[in-house]
Amino acid sequence: MTKEEIENGTADMEIDQREPLNGERSELNAVPDDFNANYLKVYYGKLFPHADIFKWMSYGNDGKHPGCDESYFGRREFSFTLDNDIYLRFQSFNSASKLENSIKEKCPFKVDIGPVYSVDPAKRHAYAQSGNNVFTPVEKELVFDIDMTDYDDVRYCCSGADVCLKCWTLMTIAIKVIDPALRDDFGFNHILWVYSGRRGVHCWVCDAKARRLTNEQRSSIAEYFRVYKGNENSQKKVSLISSALHPFLLRSYKVLEEFFEGNLLSNQSLFSTEERYEKILEMIPDESITSELRGKWQDNKKSSISKENINVDRWKHVKKILKSGKQKPQGLGKCVEEIVFSFSYPRLDMEVSKHMNHLLKAPFCIHPKTGRVCVPIDPNRCEEFDPTAVPTLSKLLEEINMGGLGTDDDEWDRTSLGKSIRFFRSSFLQPLLKSCKEEIENSYNAKLQHSKTSLTW
Amino acid sequence: MEIIGSQRKPVHIDVVPTLPLYRSAPPLEVRLEDFELYAMDRLRVLKGIADGLSRGKKSEEMKNLADHLWKANMRHLDASEVVNKDIISHFVLRLVYSRTEDLRKWFLSMETNLFRYRLLFERPEAQRALMAEFDLPYRAASNAELESVKEGLKQVAQSFGQPLAADVIFYKVPFEEVPELVAGRRVFIHKGYAYVAMNQVVSLVATQFRSHLSKALILTNRKWTSTIREQEKDRLTPIVEALCSSYLGPDYSQPREFAEISIKDIDQIAKSSFPLCMRHLFEKLREDHHLKHGGRMQLGLFLKGVGLKLEDALAFWKAEFSQRVGSERFDKEYAYSIRHNYGREGKRTDYTPYSCQKIITSAPGVGDHHGCPYRHFSEENLRAALGKMGLSNRAVEDVMDKVRNRHYQLACTLTFEAVHGTSCDAGINHPNQYFSDSQKVLQSKNQSTV
Repeated sequence: MTKEEIENGTADMEIDQREPLNGERSELNAVPDDFNANYLKVYYGKLFPHADIFKWMSYGNDGKHPGCDESYFGRREFSFTLDNDIYLRFQSFNSASKLENSIKEKCPFKVDIGPVYSVDPAKRHAYAQSGNNVFTPVEKELVFDIDMTDYDDVRYCCSGADVCLKCWTLMTIAIKVIDPALRDDFGFNHILWVYSGRRGVHCWVCDAKARRLTNEQRSSIAEYFRVYKGNENSQKKVSLISSALHPFLLRSYKVLEEFFEGNLLSNQSLFSTEERYEKILEMIPDESITSELRGKWQDNKKSSISKENINVDRWKHVKKILKSGKQKPQGLGKCVEEIVFSFSYPRLDMEVSKHMNHLLKAPFCIHPKTGRVCVPIDPNRCEEFDPTAVPTLSKLLEEINMGGLGTDDDEWDRTSLGKSIRFFRSSFLQPLLKSCKEEIENSYNAKLQHSKTSLTW
Repeated sequence: MEIIGSQRKPVHIDVVPTLPLYRSAPPLEVRLEDFELYAMDRLRVLKGIADGLSRGKKSEEMKNLADHLWKANMRHLDASEVVNKDIISHFVLRLVYSRTEDLRKWFLSMETNLFRYRLLFERPEAQRALMAEFDLPYRAASNAELESVKEGLKQVAQSFGQPLAADVIFYKVPFEEVPELVAGRRVFIHKGYAYVAMNQVVSLVATQFRSHLSKALILTNRKWTSTIREQEKDRLTPIVEALCSSYLGPDYSQPREFAEISIKDIDQIAKSSFPLCMRHLFEKLREDHHLKHGGRMQLGLFLKGVGLKLEDALAFWKAEFSQRVGSERFDKEYAYSIRHNYGREGKRTDYTPYSCQKIITSAPGVGDHHGCPYRHFSEENLRAALGKMGLSNRAVEDVMDKVRNRHYQLACTLTFEAVHGTSCDAGINHPNQYFSDSQKVLQSKNQSTV
């Protein structure tokens, strides 16, 4: 117990008599799994990386260079969701300490980040009076939100809010498809992938070019990524042109096929029951082929093929017959690809990406329903990411307790959060800030140059 | 632009690219006579384009038509004056067509089409110069660049079924500037740049042209109403106002019995009271002096229903067809079936004119003009046809909305209402009903104004 904990009343949790969950935890340090304002207060007090968030959101405008825009950070909207669902929008702060103090004081259950506006959001009403509509978003990161519930029709291991390692593959696939496209196709460099805390991932594209995109341009990027169109009512939801695929889809297909055949087939047991294989047969618009397959598989029930191989085998049958060219009527040309796309291609929430004024949860928040931290994900090692091993609020507090007395700074470094914060800084924040500073310098110098030349005559 | 009396001074023009962009009225001097004449020549070109579109001509045909119209009307004896004529005529028509929303819409549409067709005929260097004018500083991708993305370009072309031609020019454009192409995955993108093919660029340029002109027309209208119209009331204003109404055609003002029509009135009646399907057939017949079987049946029976007597019908069809096939062949091959329609041959059944339902479910093929335009025309051609009938922007959108929802008869009803300015509660379900309702409305209007 630290002095501080006794003073602010958070020492209470340590007296709890709950059963320790594993032998190594001593009762002194055990923290019951829970999410509440007291825990959060400690989290915001010691662990949440306020300074890093500030540095990020300043994009180099920290006042150290004459070219800095000192109003920049203050024009960013934050929103806080408090206990009992009180929602505070248009929060803005003109310094790091103001942001930090407000979070520590209000202890929001969720912090969202909105756009940078033309003027300080807190003063928006004053500007609305003038009628020129000068209160408007001017910058916002390009963001993507991928949620597991959008895949409920193609995952059998879990449904709804649940997530396990088997279906998490779908998120891995999403990152492996979208991330290279953002870098190679669109030329973006400063990309942050974040675990959403429960069942999905968020992507923040922070290049200056991305932040200045209009709604129409954001929309076009989202559409570029969209393949799945439809709802419960439409029959075929992925419809690829029969002739050939766009290079982006071709490249993505390599990833999809690898995971579909190497992972999803077996982990989701896509062909193991009649109900499941019928779902796939529905996607084949040729009666003679589907009856042939059906016949084959109904017979197979009696044979002794092991459960693991049944999915792989049946998929082999499907591929063979569709690619055989025996009957090649219209509509079968890309059927195999359509099936693979349906089961694995990323499903983005279009609305999140299209609008500049969309508010998205800040990284390093804690998800109220799971207690897990929204930690960054390394896209280069996303296959290793395990959502079930992400640090929880209670675990972190335990780790703080175990640490005993120490300096106030860098307490996070001695917890499981340390790895995440270090990764955030080294692979995202530092390169981003370096690039921002260069840009500020260059544009400042360009302005100087311009005013010099325009004064010379 | 300065309008002067009869003297002419030689004028110095700055170098302009081959296609003028009409950004601002240049400092030219124009004779009063030329003011009107140039405008009328250009109007013939625009009207020709409008006609071509409403008759359903395809892109390639339209391109050639526009070229032909331009060469036929916009020439000038003095080669150096050709560009002046182009610019002057455009600006004069701007005055004429900025004055109401319908006029602006029509002018914007036809000028943009004209621009697009002319752009397609330009040499690549000229096209690039034009792109630069619109702040579309697209750089043509170098051969080295193309080599490195060749595979991707091929795949993209294949993805919309058009194999890559050998020497297609590609432009390297920041992807932000071509959102529609990105959204549709119709371009290859690499490191933030989209590789846009020449024909895709032309569309972009035309879109820019249109948006500039649209804003300019609003400004012109303001200037016209606030200063020019009054200032010029003795000189230019009467010319401007006359140019506009002479295009729309004469008023129909004679009271008629609707039970019978005679062939001398048929052109006016077609314009005022025929539903779009019959109007289209009629105009095609006038233009081509021929109609295929489906069209002859649909129009012929309609005319019978409208009150055209057999003798008049024979004379009417003969007058048209003999220009194409000669009167002997008409008598031999076509007169019989007209008499047949009127029940004077064969079974002697008096055939009834087709209802909307029958017309909508017909299947016009190549070279046919029958059927229901609301069903069978492309959106572009239908819009042009409706515009030609005088529908406002708002009305066209309402009609198109019905069409999209496949309510073709409702679309025709809305057209009727827009054209006649009255409501048609019963709805149109027969072309002859359209005609008789129309005649009723017109008759009552004329009676009340007498």
